[in-house]
Amino acid sequence: MTIPIIGKPIDRVDGRPKVTGTAKYAAEHTLDNMAYGVLVMSTIPAGAIKSIDATAAFKSPGVIDVISHLNSPKFKVPKQGSLRETFLPFTDATIHYTGQRIAVVVADTLEHATRGAELVKVTYDPADAKVDMQKFRGDATDRSKSKFAKGDADAAFNAAPVKIDQIYRTPEEHHNPLEAHSIVAAWDGDHLTLYDSSQNIFGAQTAFAEMFGIPKENVHVMSQFVGGAFGSKGGVWPHVVIGVIAAREVKRPVKLVVTRKQLYFGNGHRPETEQRVALGAGADGKLVAIIHEGLCQGNDVCTYAERFVRPTQAIYASDNIRGENPIVSLNLPSPTYMRAPGENPGMYAIESAMDELSYALKIDPVQLRLINHADVNPTDGKPWSSKSLKECYQQGADRFGWSKRNATPRSMRDGRNLIGWGMASATYPAHRSPASAKAVVSKDGSVVVSCGSHEMGMGTATVMAQLAAETLGVPAARVKFEYGDTTLPTAPISAGSQTAASVGSAVYGVAMELKKKVAALDNLDPSTLTADSYHDTLSRHYLDSMDARFDAKPEQDEKYSTQAFGAHFVEVAIDQDIPVVRIQRIVSAFAAGRVLNAKTARSQYLGGIIQGVGMALMEETHLDKRFGSYVNVNFAEYLVPVNPDIRGLDIIMVEERDEFVNPIGVKGIGEIGIVGVAPAIANAVYHATGKRVRDLPITIEKLM
Amino acid sequence: MYPFDFTLVHDAAGAIKSGSRDAAKFIAGGTNLVDLMKCDVERPAHIVDVNALPLATIEQVAGGVRIGALARMADVAQHPIILQNFPMVSQALLESASPQIRNAASIGGNLMQRTRCPYFRELTWTPCNKRNPGSGCSAIEGENRLHAILGTSDACIATHPSDLAVSVAALDAVITLRGPNGERQVAATDFHLLPGSTPNIEHDLKHGELITSVFLPDAPHARHSAYLKIRDRSAYEFALTSAAVGLDISGGTIQSARVALGGVGTKPWRARNAEAILTGQKPSPELFRNAAEGELTKSVSYGQNGFKIELAKRTLVRALTDLAGGAA
Amino acid sequence: MTLPPCYEPSDDDPHEQPTDPTRRRFLIGSAAATAGLFVAPLMGEAALKSAAQKSAADPNAMPVALNVNGKLHELKLDPRTTLLDALREHLDITGPKKGCDQGACGACTVLVDGRRINSCITLAAMNTGRKITTIEGLAGDQRLLAIQAAFIRNDGFQCGYCTSGQICSAVAVIREGHTKSDEEIRQWMSGNICRCGCYVGIVDAIKEARNVSI
Repeated sequence: MTIPIIGKPIDRVDGRPKVTGTAKYAAEHTLDNMAYGVLVMSTIPAGAIKSIDATAAFKSPGVIDVISHLNSPKFKVPKQGSLRETFLPFTDATIHYTGQRIAVVVADTLEHATRGAELVKVTYDPADAKVDMQKFRGDATDRSKSKFAKGDADAAFNAAPVKIDQIYRTPEEHHNPLEAHSIVAAWDGDHLTLYDSSQNIFGAQTAFAEMFGIPKENVHVMSQFVGGAFGSKGGVWPHVVIGVIAAREVKRPVKLVVTRKQLYFGNGHRPETEQRVALGAGADGKLVAIIHEGLCQGNDVCTYAERFVRPTQAIYASDNIRGENPIVSLNLPSPTYMRAPGENPGMYAIESAMDELSYALKIDPVQLRLINHADVNPTDGKPWSSKSLKECYQQGADRFGWSKRNATPRSMRDGRNLIGWGMASATYPAHRSPASAKAVVSKDGSVVVSCGSHEMGMGTATVMAQLAAETLGVPAARVKFEYGDTTLPTAPISAGSQTAASVGSAVYGVAMELKKKVAALDNLDPSTLTADSYHDTLSRHYLDSMDARFDAKPEQDEKYSTQAFGAHFVEVAIDQDIPVVRIQRIVSAFAAGRVLNAKTARSQYLGGIIQGVGMALMEETHLDKRFGSYVNVNFAEYLVPVNPDIRGLDIIMVEERDEFVNPIGVKGIGEIGIVGVAPAIANAVYHATGKRVRDLPITIEKLM
Repeated sequence: MYPFDFTLVHDAAGAIKSGSRDAAKFIAGGTNLVDLMKCDVERPAHIVDVNALPLATIEQVAGGVRIGALARMADVAQHPIILQNFPMVSQALLESASPQIRNAASIGGNLMQRTRCPYFRELTWTPCNKRNPGSGCSAIEGENRLHAILGTSDACIATHPSDLAVSVAALDAVITLRGPNGERQVAATDFHLLPGSTPNIEHDLKHGELITSVFLPDAPHARHSAYLKIRDRSAYEFALTSAAVGLDISGGTIQSARVALGGVGTKPWRARNAEAILTGQKPSPELFRNAAEGELTKSVSYGQNGFKIELAKRTLVRALTDLAGGAA
Repeated sequence: MTLPPCYEPSDDDPHEQPTDPTRRRFLIGSAAATAGLFVAPLMGEAALKSAAQKSAADPNAMPVALNVNGKLHELKLDPRTTLLDALREHLDITGPKKGCDQGACGACTVLVDGRRINSCITLAAMNTGRKITTIEGLAGDQRLLAIQAAFIRNDGFQCGYCTSGQICSAVAVIREGHTKSDEEIRQWMSGNICRCGCYVGIVDAIKEARNVSI
């Protein structure tokens, strides 16, 4: 019997520890005899370390050790796992970028380690550094094999009656989770215990097992609470390796917390992009050509590419589409995936260009998108597993009152304020990876479901309990979901909006399996089990508990194209003389399959939108090209939205049933919220002011 | 952070004695000093905690109000005398930092706060004449969107970050200092120094001297005053530009005007040219624009911060317009 | 690329404390020249030394008595210890979070003598004799405060890392009476950054709890 639980807006299961301060994040684990590690960063972008003088550091009170490439044992570079850079820290004297972690000082207290790190004197043999993407644009290579083409986009574009051909730019942005990356590492013989603020504990486990040549079972990684990640904690960054090495060398547990400043230099960022979008259309608005190409920053020590042409392959119908996003390798810190990698910057460019096209054609922006709606995937021709983008446009526009929009720029005012209305589409692929789960039902009817996944605030622990509860037919309060520990069944990285689909499929599968096993004891039909059945059946058979395991794998041969969609409608107010952009309201409609918890899902969407507001209006990491260094490396000058920046947000969750995407019908919602926010705001800014800003963020000087 | 020893003092004499030691620093709220110590920019060997001194009162005295240097920003902002007689001071304080910082930070410490220039604070391996005299200025040809356009020199273009200091500069405040040689008084406008060739010397404050109070003289232009702050986000950010304006308008004429600008100067920028243009005139949009133009004639763009020249003018015009309340 | 002259800390700084001359020296010249000659760190030595250091009193430590959540803690702390680090690293009171460690995010917000402050930019020693309340000290044994329950009901958090600070601030906002409108709540909560973007739930939670005495 099924009690409807999935989708209900129940409170987070980890609410209480979070509101009482008892939730323990990685750095909050205190072990006996623990020492503190503080990193030393390189201050040049390229060259080699000439010398490291740790004399003063060693003289400083409490310092236990200073470890660098000069004295660190050398280890095997793991091939598997989730190392974010292709080299291990402390390998040699080479400097790849400013901020590279080149030494660690270990001391008995945080204050002593911090002081010790300040006292380490490093000299360098600087080499010519490549830090300017423009200057080295000729060196760009398509390392990620992003190039694709359908039809002849250039010929079609040249022949098109209406053309938009513009360059859009997005700056470097940093994830800036509130919790800086941190670990506590402890060795016991050849066993490693690691508390890591990680969204990928099994990746860390594999990497360290390989690095130290020890069985995976010897590496125990835990990540119970993660204070935000947004992609930045998806891999093993150098500080994790360094902390683990340090603990091994000093034979003490070591706590290592990256400082806010250090976080800007070696824990990933969204790389700068330059994107050309060329749209060719007929007078009827139909896209005859879509060209999307450009550049993004990379480096020689990571493989990341910002695949901003990925959404180009999915968003609009056209017979002629081509795209490519090559990388310019520079002496800058390693970029990595940041909330909606690829789609987010890519859709900024595409959706800005679509808005420009709507004015060129004098067609309403929503109408233009409906005209070019992709009924099947425009590049591979596969049918969508489900798609409700038209409903998103419709419901979003209705709620917003879009029909009252005067299409002429600068036509809407409120006193001194210019009012602008803009919109944009959103999309993000529905990913899924293999995951395993275990479920145990006890004689008292309580259930523990486990999978070593992660909870960075997405609501995983809550929705998995709901999913298992409804599947088993027991109240949600009877189910506990255990996660964040490599001794539990394997989970994939919690990124790419795939956790609900991947872990959810395993949890659903194991719940079904357990139900079957319990039912089989009495030859019952599993669907007839009630909450009491577990207790009754187990008692009858003198069993204390019963368990099941399930390995869930995505289909190999996919018949469908799977993608979530949405639409944002934005109102901005901009003072005519002092043109700071203020958000008045945003109505966003999303269709992303089944909603597992209406409350946590709404929060995920809101969070994505708010980060999108930051991206549109304030977020930018400034690079001083002379020093090859980021400059605004703190929370006072790297601006993210504060509470009064946000008002008038309204989320519509369009109902969507998808029987094909995965067993539980979810598409993932972590990323899509941010996609399309920046162009919707930029389009509203154009509508308000008549100024088209093609480089983010939209700061005051660009509108003066 | 450099090591230091910590002394709690209970009276002014003890404070000055302790504070007169080499490399000694007073601490009150600590919100700026502790931060800069973490950056390794401030390196006191002795920290002297002055919080126990009886210097937190806000009181009406002859001709104005005296604010004890240890009064907290939050308390001054909400004090009835300040709200009524010096609204621009209250507004400047409430637009500053965050509620938490305003609860901790003292008035004296606020006036002593140091620039947010990233080359000074964060990129301590780069040249900075303020941090390391003679090493050069990284901002002049660097990332300088937030830097000053007024009062700059070849040695330094760092902006003074305080909002409060802008309002006290506008209102002819007098700062009382106490040091080994007794008490002395300095006009707020003389307290902060232009960088010139010595940007490391920021105040007329001798080693061992302690700010004990700030006196704000009563005046019609103080009672009718306002502070307008422009920034990229809605709160918790230093000013791109700001304007502290006080106008005494009677009989349709500006009898007296007080103007200072923030976010644009290497020190809190008292706009005497603007005041001269405004005084004795009838408020009008043209007059306000002229005043702004007149004040910014000597402004210098360093590239990224060039927009501040026009933005400062518009900020001032807006502040004057709103304060004049339809008179213009 | 030519690098400008770099700042180097001076060798003979008056700040550095006299140190134990028996400590091993760790001087490395050119990496290329010495890498081969370098003797691998003596782990045994390091371990012995660390054990010895742990028992030895910190030469710079000073007594600091902190009254936290109604309990007096007499500590000996390095004067550099911030209130936040004293709470987290010495008292294992980890509700207050380290977000930016620069007073720019609000995750470390605690109440000191009833007023909210950033515990990361005040020295522990400055807070002797003051009444410090952290998130752990807000609620009774089992019962949540109305504002804590309201944060859960309104989903005023996701990752939870800023939540301790948000709730301490929210308690103060309600006590201060800055809750008359949504806009006023937002302004007075502007010192607490939430990177997950839960501002809507936070404002709703405060509205729900504002009339309940705290």
